[in-house]
Amino acid sequence: MEILNALVVFANFVLIPATAYGAQLSLGALGVTLIYGVLRFSNFAHGDTMAFGTMVTVLLTWWLQSLGASLGPLPTALLALPVGIAVTALLVLGTDRAVYRFYRREKAKPVILVIVSMGVMFIMNGLVRFIIGPDDRSFADGERFIVTARDFKQMTGLDEGLAIRTTQGLTIVTAVIVVAALFWFLNRTRTGKSMRAFSDNEDLALLSGINPERVVAITWILVAALATIAGVLYGLDKSFKPFTYFQLLLPIFASAIVGGLGSPLGAIAGGFVIAFSEVTITYAWKKVLVYLMPENLEPTGLVQLLSTDYKFAVSFVILVIVLLFRPTGLFRGKSV
Amino acid sequence: MTKRDALLFAFVALLIVGTGALQSWNTALGILNMGLISAIMALGVNMQWGYAGLFNVGVMGFVALGGLGAVIVAMPPVGEAWAAGGLRAGAGLMMGLVSIAGAIVIWTRMARGWGRTGAMVAWLIVGFVLFRAVFDPAVDAIEAVNPAATGYLGGLGLPILLSWPVGGLLAAGAAWVIGKTALGLRSDYLAIATLGIAEIVIAILKNEDWLSRGVKNVIGLPRPVPYEVDLQQSAGFVARAESIGIDPVTASTLFVKLCYAGLFAVVLLGLIWLSEKALNSPWGRMMRAIRDNEVAAEAMGKNVKARHLQVFILGSAICGLAGAMMATLDGQLTPGSYQPLRFTFLIWVMVIVGGSGNNWGAVLGGFLIWFLWVEVEPFGAFVMDLATSGMADGSPLKAHLLDSVAHMRLLTMGVILLLVLRFSPRGLIPER
Repeated sequence: MEILNALVVFANFVLIPATAYGAQLSLGALGVTLIYGVLRFSNFAHGDTMAFGTMVTVLLTWWLQSLGASLGPLPTALLALPVGIAVTALLVLGTDRAVYRFYRREKAKPVILVIVSMGVMFIMNGLVRFIIGPDDRSFADGERFIVTARDFKQMTGLDEGLAIRTTQGLTIVTAVIVVAALFWFLNRTRTGKSMRAFSDNEDLALLSGINPERVVAITWILVAALATIAGVLYGLDKSFKPFTYFQLLLPIFASAIVGGLGSPLGAIAGGFVIAFSEVTITYAWKKVLVYLMPENLEPTGLVQLLSTDYKFAVSFVILVIVLLFRPTGLFRGKSV
Repeated sequence: MTKRDALLFAFVALLIVGTGALQSWNTALGILNMGLISAIMALGVNMQWGYAGLFNVGVMGFVALGGLGAVIVAMPPVGEAWAAGGLRAGAGLMMGLVSIAGAIVIWTRMARGWGRTGAMVAWLIVGFVLFRAVFDPAVDAIEAVNPAATGYLGGLGLPILLSWPVGGLLAAGAAWVIGKTALGLRSDYLAIATLGIAEIVIAILKNEDWLSRGVKNVIGLPRPVPYEVDLQQSAGFVARAESIGIDPVTASTLFVKLCYAGLFAVVLLGLIWLSEKALNSPWGRMMRAIRDNEVAAEAMGKNVKARHLQVFILGSAICGLAGAMMATLDGQLTPGSYQPLRFTFLIWVMVIVGGSGNNWGAVLGGFLIWFLWVEVEPFGAFVMDLATSGMADGSPLKAHLLDSVAHMRLLTMGVILLLVLRFSPRGLIPER
């Protein structure tokens, strides 16, 4: 019984939140890694692309809500999501046409493209703040919980409750579907294969008649979709605030690099590694240990390794450890 | 400097003087002072990027460390807090250092294999637990001492001007640690690593109340220049102000700002002189040779890694120096106000727009971009007023547009950066 209670507490405060957060990070990191693989630069504007996509979705959700549209137990944002993706795709395609294409033709060094993406980051950041403002916005609606803590206690008769929020369930389900679709696309379709070929060896891909502009355009569309989905899921789960999305850049980059830049599988693994380390290291373990330890050995403190404000430090330390001991990441990404 | 460069500087000077004449001299001097500090930050980033091609996006962290330097040097010590837990906190920190050093020794001395990994991890875990056991009670004791006014260890109570080099040294120390771990990696990784370290520095400043009072802010840093109130009470000053025909209150604020401007200008001129000497010496040529072709430079017997570390530390130290100067100018350390867009990426815009690789370019960029950063807002408000003048009063769109003017500056900076990168990638004053 004690062990079961400990397990439930663990699942409630660590396993489920970390899984949802890991799924969100993975989706974000997939976008970064795709850009890195095909366009060969680290896109600093990715966090703000996520913010832009989420903003469009939020605005549309509000409009739909004002019309009285709803998906019943599911958040209305899901209805708005496809439009959000489409608008974001148009924006990133426009950015590519207006900004990045020039440097691609010039064969500029990757670091120049990174600086260019800094400029794009400024513009997108300003745009989002200009349109929706810098404040916290919440746009989640529908049923709040799949399982509430009270129902769970009644069902099992345990002392501890397990709550699964709709947004957490939704995040995990959506992430699985999106990742499955992405891998099917990359591995099974002609276009996906041409993308991977382009990523592996650009010259060879060009020789075999792959149209680089088409590959780039499809990459941007995929990135827009991934970024918007990741952003909307994160926003539903927590809340939407432009600055938080900018700060997500660090754990997302950490996930992509830990997994190995350019490797989609690595991005997913990296996302979960970062999410689980952040949550386990900043969680106060007292509640779990109280059930596991004999009474006289129970901890007096919170047993929290680091305060939650240091969660960036966690992703950073993992990043540094991986870079020092395995510079190409867990899944052997590229290194230029 | 060529004639064209001098003209560009004259143009920026005209912009600032124009602000003084049209808007207010207080604003103009405010822009000048922060412009001087921004120019110093830009010099630091230019050293790393322009001379050596190192991509540091952690400027904010080094600037904040400089600000911490100002607190540690200039604030009066809190005797009670030192008595309550000063020694214990010191011992805890030493323990932390010993456990990290020990882990490094284990890693380098022991034979490869699982034994080594296990030993290091075990050592680190024991070290961490001991560190927390010693350190935590000390922190609680220090933070319990009069939390509303102090709740931290305070500083050394030395003159604040001394904090400028100390801020530089703090930043240099951090740069040494980062450089040692991250400089061997490729450019993108260095960028992410510095981005991360900057966030961590800010997180530490926000949370370690015993050190920096955290989000409670340290206010009232001592000043190197007279206080306005004292000036207004000094008969000689009031008489002199009235003799030139300025209201004594305005005169006192202007005088204080001019004093700061004088101090900052001395530092900036000294740094420009040193950087120009360095850039045009064999050392500077070697740096650029390494930047342009690392392999060739290495083949010529240059120690690329050591030189990178050197220039990384130098540039970061300059950013730290500027950070301490900024804390001095503000008279406070507010960890919550450090934003990467403002303190990292804006400095980058300055360097790129001014001209990377050219010290004068970086300085010009510092002044120009800071001027724009301040002035875009009132100008944007003016444009927005004009654009919305046709709309009905009270329409939500009009209200929203007028409210959002504040965010125009990010947009403008992005557009400027992209335009310069596209049409004049070497900046206003290119490297020569």
